[in-house]
Amino acid sequence: MVKGKETSYTVSVVDGDGNQCCWWWWWLEHKGTTTTFLIVGLFVVLVRAAVSLHSYSGFANPPKFGDYEAQRHWMEITINLPIQEWYRNNTSNDLSYWGLDYPPLTAYQSFIHGLFLGFVHPESVSLVTSRGHESYLGKLLMRWTVLSFDLLIFFPAVLYFVIVRYGQPSRSRKSDIGWHIAMLLLNPCLILIDHGHFQVCSVLTLTVICVVFQYNCISLGFTIGAVAGVLSGKDLVACVLYCLALNHKQVLISDLSMVTLLHMSAYFVPAFFSHLLGKCLRHKHPLFEVSKLGFYVLGTFAAVWWPYLYSKDSILEVLSRLAPFERGIFEDYVANFWCASSIIIKWKRLFTSESLRLLSLIATVITCLPSIDQ
Amino acid sequence: MGKQKLSSKGVQNSGCTKATLWWFYLVAACIKVLLFPSYRSTDFEVHRNWLAVTHSLPLSQWYFDETSPWTLDYPPFFAHFEHFLSMFAHLIDPKIVHLQEGLNYSANTVVYFQRGTVILSDLCLLYGVYRLTRNLDSRKQKLIWLSAIWSPMLFIVDHVHFQYNGFLIGILLISLSYLEEGRDLLGGFFFAVLLCLKHLFAVAAPVYFVYLLRHYCRGGIGRGFTRLLIMGGMVAAVFAAAFGPFFHLGQIQVIRRLFPFGRGLCHAYWAPNFWVFYIMSDKGLAFILRRLGFNVQTPTATFTAGLVGDSSPFSVLPQVTPLVTFMMVLLALSPCLLKAWKDPKPQMISRWVAYAYTCGFLFGWHVHEKASLHFVIPLAIVAVQTLEDAKHYFLLSIVSCYSLFPLLFEAQEYPIKVLLLLLHLILMWSGFSAQFPDGAETARAPTGHHTEKKVDQHKSNGGFVIGWIERMYLVGLVIVEIWGQFLHPLLLGDKLAFAPLMLISIYCALGIMYSWIWQLTFIVKSP
Repeated sequence: MVKGKETSYTVSVVDGDGNQCCWWWWWLEHKGTTTTFLIVGLFVVLVRAAVSLHSYSGFANPPKFGDYEAQRHWMEITINLPIQEWYRNNTSNDLSYWGLDYPPLTAYQSFIHGLFLGFVHPESVSLVTSRGHESYLGKLLMRWTVLSFDLLIFFPAVLYFVIVRYGQPSRSRKSDIGWHIAMLLLNPCLILIDHGHFQVCSVLTLTVICVVFQYNCISLGFTIGAVAGVLSGKDLVACVLYCLALNHKQVLISDLSMVTLLHMSAYFVPAFFSHLLGKCLRHKHPLFEVSKLGFYVLGTFAAVWWPYLYSKDSILEVLSRLAPFERGIFEDYVANFWCASSIIIKWKRLFTSESLRLLSLIATVITCLPSIDQ
Repeated sequence: MGKQKLSSKGVQNSGCTKATLWWFYLVAACIKVLLFPSYRSTDFEVHRNWLAVTHSLPLSQWYFDETSPWTLDYPPFFAHFEHFLSMFAHLIDPKIVHLQEGLNYSANTVVYFQRGTVILSDLCLLYGVYRLTRNLDSRKQKLIWLSAIWSPMLFIVDHVHFQYNGFLIGILLISLSYLEEGRDLLGGFFFAVLLCLKHLFAVAAPVYFVYLLRHYCRGGIGRGFTRLLIMGGMVAAVFAAAFGPFFHLGQIQVIRRLFPFGRGLCHAYWAPNFWVFYIMSDKGLAFILRRLGFNVQTPTATFTAGLVGDSSPFSVLPQVTPLVTFMMVLLALSPCLLKAWKDPKPQMISRWVAYAYTCGFLFGWHVHEKASLHFVIPLAIVAVQTLEDAKHYFLLSIVSCYSLFPLLFEAQEYPIKVLLLLLHLILMWSGFSAQFPDGAETARAPTGHHTEKKVDQHKSNGGFVIGWIERMYLVGLVIVEIWGQFLHPLLLGDKLAFAPLMLISIYCALGIMYSWIWQLTFIVKSP
């Protein structure tokens, strides 16, 4: 071995006690971010594939089953009914049985997946008769739909974010990149929610692993992409991506306990748009910039909501599904202020549903104000 | 992570090393736990039955019980190991160890318990790897840990298909570590224990015998003879502890159970060994001779079958008996034995033992494809020594891992086995590339006839670069997989259903034959 070259490979990260740490990345220091990403990515996909082996929410649990059945039902609805009927209550689309309550982008995603399932395993998505359908092949295909969109949307978003965030890293930052990628991709909440099964069981025992079946990776991927867009200065890209995230999932889903990460696309709105708006106002021609921003936002929303824009009624129909305020200010055991304080202050007894809605809106806006202002 | 400073290669904090080793083990354990609900083979029920037999029956009945078709066919120490585990099984769920009611029991308790015991028994492998690598420099250590502790083959065979190979190979590695340190008596002791746990490891017994005879029992007639007696006595004591109680009861049945030569030359899924070529040549010759007009009898038995069965039909070529395979294994081993006789070097023992298992795999009787674990893991230990070792190991581990794919035939495990292999591939590639960068030292000895370029020690060899033949071979693996998984069912449907598996066997056999030749050449040409 050439002596001169040898020293360049003996750089190791050592802590105060002289212990060798971060050995893990010594060989990745020779490769780029992409190799790191590939290795972590493969490992992370392996974890997801392994979690997918486990049971899903609502397994063998009639009559309503769980989120798995909800997603399957949406595929059934979207491929068998015309687009205008998706949010409308009728005999084939009983909204009380897992009616669509996410914005149209989720519906389009269900449609694409429904086509795939319909092609390979038609009985799992046939209209009405497939309710409660559970099979080995069905589960496999459903799991693969989640994994495929995870890979298509979430992973590239994380890679984009990391590349933008770290730019051209020095040697010491490369290990940071690796850990950061791992932290983003290995988020246990996301894996459990998306790739595991759905219902929250009241007792977490050794024999039951309760995880969820959802597609949060898509909206989270768009959100991360939007953050990356902001970091790299591509505000309009960020704006479009964030609008897509909003159009996929709009609200805090409070019916999941033991899980703290969910996606709260709408709650990011004040932060996102105040940042973008602030940037626009600093430009030389603020009005032009704001209208460009507005144009992109409106354009994205219009593109997604296009099939429903023909009448005010249809828009309201969809909107009413998206804002299920009749569910109450909190549900089950969500880890937030209202639920925790309800031990002392019985909110649901003291106030009506409408006043609680207003109260929570005011509280959220007030607490967001510092970040909006910044 | 604290401040950074340059440190010399020699500085290693053993506490941090152990912590890192535990990290490796725990990360692997996390994945293994996630794999709990995956496909289980009949081996799962086999081991559960052994738990039941050893728990519910007295020693005298262990090798006689036939309540279940999965009778005890491992040596007594393994039976005692199962007996030990059954005590905990009984506490967790008594039905696991019930002889009749536990038959084909598949509740969560038994699955979690048994899978959990495999994960815990992997601690043995951890210890073996630790002992073998504790004096190496940090980077080589991590590479070996990556290849051994995170071996995709162990995940596939032990933690999905279900077996206890990690535990057994751990004991082999412990034995090798003692031999490398020069503590031959302990090395021999652990090997004897291993033989009484799984007799399949006896293929390396000739190597051990020759090595210990020449290395341990050297130094004149008197001393040599005394040492021979000590070693022999120790081995005899181990065997007596294992088999003694059974022979005392007059049970030769044990031996019959251990060596079921009623089974055929090949397992139903042919292990990718030499006999694959023998069988194909036989079929090919039969076909040609029939075309030429000769009357060639069609054998009554067949090679194709999805279930385990006897198969040994040869229409043209001579019949192969267990004795023939035994002679062939010995013949293949002989160059290695000669080397060990002439100059028993401790640093070569791992290679010789791995070579022995390769020969056993290639020429043995009724070899299972899982047996490739026995030589791939020990070779991982030596893979970091030279560039040529690294290249050889890279190819071998990929081929052997791929040859295990037919073990997991259900769709939900497909992404998992592919990802395990890909992850292993990319980790090895990046690890070896960094370990052997451009301009690093070249191989000490010339390589086998399949390698591409002439390695000249005076010129830079371009680092860890796979030659074009090896690359084509690996691409071929992908093609074989695409054909077997997608194109064959699409184009041929159910016709020639055995063809994809046969193709995998033959293709992997090529790779493993190459490995054997490479290892043989290396051993013969080593100083």
